[in-house]
Amino acid sequence: MNFVLKKLATLLITLLVLSFLAYAAFEMVGDPVNLILGTNATPEAAEALREELGLNRSLPVRYFDWLFSFIRGDMGRSYIYRIPVRDMIGEKLGLTVTLTLLGFALTLLFSVPLGVYSARREGSWADRFLTVSNQIVMAVPAFFVAIILTVLFGVVLRFFTPGSFVSFDVSPGRFFLYMLFPAISIAIPRTAMTAKMLRSSILGEMQKDYIRTAYSRGHNRQTALRAHALKNSLLPIIAFLAATVAEMLAGCIVIEQIFSLPGIGRLLMVSISNRDIPVVEAIVMILAVWVMVVHFIGEVVSEMLDPRLRV
Amino acid sequence: MKKLFAKHNNWFFKVGLILTVCMVGIVIIGQFWTPYDPNAMDAAAKAQGPSLKHLLGTDYFGRDIFSRILEGAGATLLIAFFVVLLGAGMGTLIGALTGYFGGVVDEILMRICDALTAFPSVLLALIALAILGPGRLNVIGVLALVFIPSFARIVRAEFSRIKKLNYVSLAKLQGVGHLRIMLRHILPNTLPVLLPAISIGFNNAVLAEASMSFLGVGVSASEVSLGRMLSDSQNYILRGMPWYAIFVGLTIALLILGFSLLGEGLQQED
Repeated sequence: MNFVLKKLATLLITLLVLSFLAYAAFEMVGDPVNLILGTNATPEAAEALREELGLNRSLPVRYFDWLFSFIRGDMGRSYIYRIPVRDMIGEKLGLTVTLTLLGFALTLLFSVPLGVYSARREGSWADRFLTVSNQIVMAVPAFFVAIILTVLFGVVLRFFTPGSFVSFDVSPGRFFLYMLFPAISIAIPRTAMTAKMLRSSILGEMQKDYIRTAYSRGHNRQTALRAHALKNSLLPIIAFLAATVAEMLAGCIVIEQIFSLPGIGRLLMVSISNRDIPVVEAIVMILAVWVMVVHFIGEVVSEMLDPRLRV
Repeated sequence: MKKLFAKHNNWFFKVGLILTVCMVGIVIIGQFWTPYDPNAMDAAAKAQGPSLKHLLGTDYFGRDIFSRILEGAGATLLIAFFVVLLGAGMGTLIGALTGYFGGVVDEILMRICDALTAFPSVLLALIALAILGPGRLNVIGVLALVFIPSFARIVRAEFSRIKKLNYVSLAKLQGVGHLRIMLRHILPNTLPVLLPAISIGFNNAVLAEASMSFLGVGVSASEVSLGRMLSDSQNYILRGMPWYAIFVGLTIALLILGFSLLGEGLQQED
């Protein structure tokens, strides 16, 4: 487990550096006191507010105070709404994570069979069709898919009502029906990319010496692919899938806007335009942790599959 | 140019080139001539569907959507051009220096690059623009900065591979200076990876600009761009005018498709 610890240490150091940079950058944005009280506040009132928000301390002191509270789960208070940031984020994070995982599940579900099928039938009409359509589909941005889906299923076919999100508590069935369309939007381009990568990875493995050996031992193309090439060809895909989960989270910010989903991306955009710095800082940190953890899991899984990478 | 065609005689390259040339050509023409003034309002022709008079219809103010898309696409392409120029330029410079000389600076810079590329570039740009505020120049600066690591990485890998080859050692023995070796001997040989990267860079820049402006942190409210139009056209979907959003989205998708096919074609030989 040595390699896991090593990676974990790198992960923590990176997060520490990132958190400081993000915190320092947002502190430079502007004085929140002016923002809250307006520009014609008395100096006494401004001073009192500064005291209350803890802004009269130096930057490193504030940073470490913020960091340790963050680790304990206390993310500070919103400047605008004066309520704990944690209460604002809680449910919204759940929605965004659900959307990302749903999109990721759809990507896995369709890309692996498509990639494997295409590689098994290399050069056939089906393979050529899939290769060309993958190339086209992966260049279509997720928000364009989202617009097409909204128009087709929302306006023309009326499978769902665009803009009227149903929460899980109200009706789980309608919640998942509504979530399905944003999930498909983020999944489609990524499915095409993953299928394309998997296909070329499998075909690369099929050229190697051990597959020739497998042929000489009586395997045919199908069984050699299934028994030998498939596992090895998954290795380069895992890092890509980790990047997929990270990218999908970023993609969610745009998709939430199109489908009016009350997720963390919308909260981020609203807080940015309100200059609600504690909320923005907390969300940026959560996204950073998410991205780093996903890459960490990807690396650990790769190393478990291929011990050579541990060196 | 002739060599480039002979080397990449595949369908991705051909279709990508034709699509890109057509789209960019139309947009460039649109900078000098549009069917209507993009900002002229026509009260008699409000919110019309596509017709022969107004190819892609009009918006609520009676402005011609086709003319506006031409103007917006011009702005988006100009931003993408400067982003790729600055990003690829700086990335190549950093990658060439670190890959050629190596050492501690190389180690540190590459670690930073690794950490940065782990993050989705849209997310990084979003955060940086949230701090700086919207505006065309800010978008160019931030996106160029975010794009540097990806270019630096591939150029560095090529430089550190090629510098070990015999012909470079020979050139060094003959007393050729470092600068000349880097520019004349190594840089031209990085083109097979640099050209597809630049093409994909255009693809990503158009996409990033559209996403940023769509989210409201890109170009400022008084400026035009495809991303801004996409966010405006959102309101038309539910009011029975979905084609506005579809046409804007289609323009972005076709631009991106052209660059991505071109990039794919450049990666494949013959």
